[in-house]
Amino acid sequence: MLLKVKDLKVSVDGSVILNGLNLDVDRGEVHVLMGPNGAGKSTLVNTIMGHPQYKVEAGEILFDGKDITHAPANERAKAGLFLSFQNPEEVPGVTLESFLRTSRMSVTGKPVRLFAFKKELAEKMKDLDMDAEYASRYLNVGFSGGEKKKSEILQMLMTRPQLAILDETDSGLDVDAVKIVSQGVEKFHSSENSLLIITHSTKILEYLNVDYVHVLMDGRIVRSGGSGLIREINANGFQQLAASV
Amino acid sequence: MEKKKTQVQDIDRTIYDIRDKVNASYQVEEGLTPEIVEEISAKKNDPEWMREFRLKSLEIYNRIPMPAWGPSLDGLHMEDIITYIRPNTPMRGNWAQVPDDIKNTFERLGIPKAERDSLAGVGAQYDSEVVYHNVREEVRRQGVVYTDMESAVRDPVYGPMVRDHFMKLVPPTDHKFVALHGAVWSGGSFVYVPPHVKVSIPLQSYFRLNAPGAGQFEHTLIILGEGADLHFIEGCSAPKYNVANLHAGCVELYVAKNARLRYSTIENWSKNMYNLNTKRALVEEGGTVEWVSGSFGSHVSYLYPMSILKGENSRMEFTGITFAGKGQNLDTGAKVVHAAPHTYSSINTKSISKDGGVCTYRSSVEILPQAYGCRSSVNCESLMLDDRSRSDTVPVMDIRNDDVDVGHEAKIGRISDDAIFYLMSRGISEEDARAMIVTGFAEPVAKELPVEYAVEMNNLIKLEMEGAIG
Repeated sequence: MLLKVKDLKVSVDGSVILNGLNLDVDRGEVHVLMGPNGAGKSTLVNTIMGHPQYKVEAGEILFDGKDITHAPANERAKAGLFLSFQNPEEVPGVTLESFLRTSRMSVTGKPVRLFAFKKELAEKMKDLDMDAEYASRYLNVGFSGGEKKKSEILQMLMTRPQLAILDETDSGLDVDAVKIVSQGVEKFHSSENSLLIITHSTKILEYLNVDYVHVLMDGRIVRSGGSGLIREINANGFQQLAASV
Repeated sequence: MEKKKTQVQDIDRTIYDIRDKVNASYQVEEGLTPEIVEEISAKKNDPEWMREFRLKSLEIYNRIPMPAWGPSLDGLHMEDIITYIRPNTPMRGNWAQVPDDIKNTFERLGIPKAERDSLAGVGAQYDSEVVYHNVREEVRRQGVVYTDMESAVRDPVYGPMVRDHFMKLVPPTDHKFVALHGAVWSGGSFVYVPPHVKVSIPLQSYFRLNAPGAGQFEHTLIILGEGADLHFIEGCSAPKYNVANLHAGCVELYVAKNARLRYSTIENWSKNMYNLNTKRALVEEGGTVEWVSGSFGSHVSYLYPMSILKGENSRMEFTGITFAGKGQNLDTGAKVVHAAPHTYSSINTKSISKDGGVCTYRSSVEILPQAYGCRSSVNCESLMLDDRSRSDTVPVMDIRNDDVDVGHEAKIGRISDDAIFYLMSRGISEEDARAMIVTGFAEPVAKELPVEYAVEMNNLIKLEMEGAIG
């Protein structure tokens, strides 16, 4: 199992958000996490990534067999975890390119070969329909919502994680951008790596073969199923689904 | 998960902190009396006008009270300061002739190498006197004069020019420490660039104060002719002692019609230094002065380079960064007077405070009644690295006509936990994430600095952030 979340209980500022959550993601799988606003989806993914604001009260998180429940975020990244943020931070004075280089170096622990790196970066930016000029701009500073999301996916492509978690990466994107981003994600996905996708719209899922869908409500997963579950949610909404549980 | 705190260390000052054994050929007693001033004047072989100027300045000094509006100067006792200390060598034009101890100090600071690599000329002052001065032959042939102040004062050709300009822009009556400067000044550089001469690579003066309990009072006078162009770099450092040292230099810059002067400073005094420095530029029609200022050292600094935009369409740009750590109270900023129509000023500053350090940004923008059609923009940003540090902003604007475009923006912030988490989620350690954010904050200033100073500044920041975490 690549990711194993066991009986996870998480609180933020003293109030319990996740209450006994279980989730297994295996290599090569695509999982979709859905649920109403405030259900705890972002809490879950931020906890998996190791945000210090989220306090693990009980349970554990295993990644690739290792207990990472209390590991700092950078160690999780090195183990192969990646989170595409809903609202990526702006970091003035640090160019996207130098940031990506530092990130690649930190994740792999190996020096980056400059020429090959630049070439790869240019190709991936082209794939994402990003202007080459963005490489020399400060990280996310003054980027539009859509550009920020593309910058997240670019970071994913350049650091090649084993498990990429996409937290509403498709929200705030126009139709064309959703397509480009989805194609990028699809191209990234292989039998060796996995995806955990949080989404409200299902547009992004048109480009991916979904293996599992989970519904998160009131701090735990209330239903899991195949991609058919998406149609059910779209047709009936979460409340009815909850009533039928 | 336990919230982590970063313990940030002091700047590694190893290079700056190596002290030489004091090997002065001559020094005055501590304190300040007319006898001491007379003695300095006699030792320096001043012309009579300069001797009188010194004594007059001393009178003014004694009349003016200590400033009471800024950081405390209680630890500064003039009766303990040695105002003049002559190194054991005359000025040389060749590093091989400079005594080994002094030469090695400047070698460690990278001055001779920078001279070979990227400078048109270098002046190096050690305690009260300039020990080395040299300018490239091709620059000399352009008619550029770059020499120590003492030679300039006595020079048959440039002596009268010095007399016409010396402390005319910054008169001794301006404030107490500039009066002190007038009385005991020693060393510094004189630069004259003839009309329409453009000096393509920079000149640099470096000021090193080695002796404990001493003062350094160098005078820098730069005169640019019409349409001339120059980049001048000033660097300063000192090793740390337990007694107070004092720096009260004075810089006067005359920028003629359509001339452009860029004046870059990296100040890295030790943390026992009182840095009470005064800098001023007078800019004629169509002229430009650009200040780039980095303040990292000293115990207390008062530093507000001033530009007087005297001629129509003259401009000033000020870019500054101040970094205050433990035990430092750095009061820095800029002043500008718009005295003519269609003049332009832009002030951009950054300050970083940590470990109880205090940064105060203080500025004054004055637009006179006749100066219509002016533009001025002020932007200051502060970053505090912990709860013990302090950052204040004191901007003053005095605008005497309606036809102006003036903007002011101030931002004070801390490093956000979310930004740290974001960078850490990309594999970067907490320590490196903090350093990355601070370096990024300083980047707009770093890119204005001469490249070797930008590298040095980034290294200083990285060393600062290399604390043990836990």
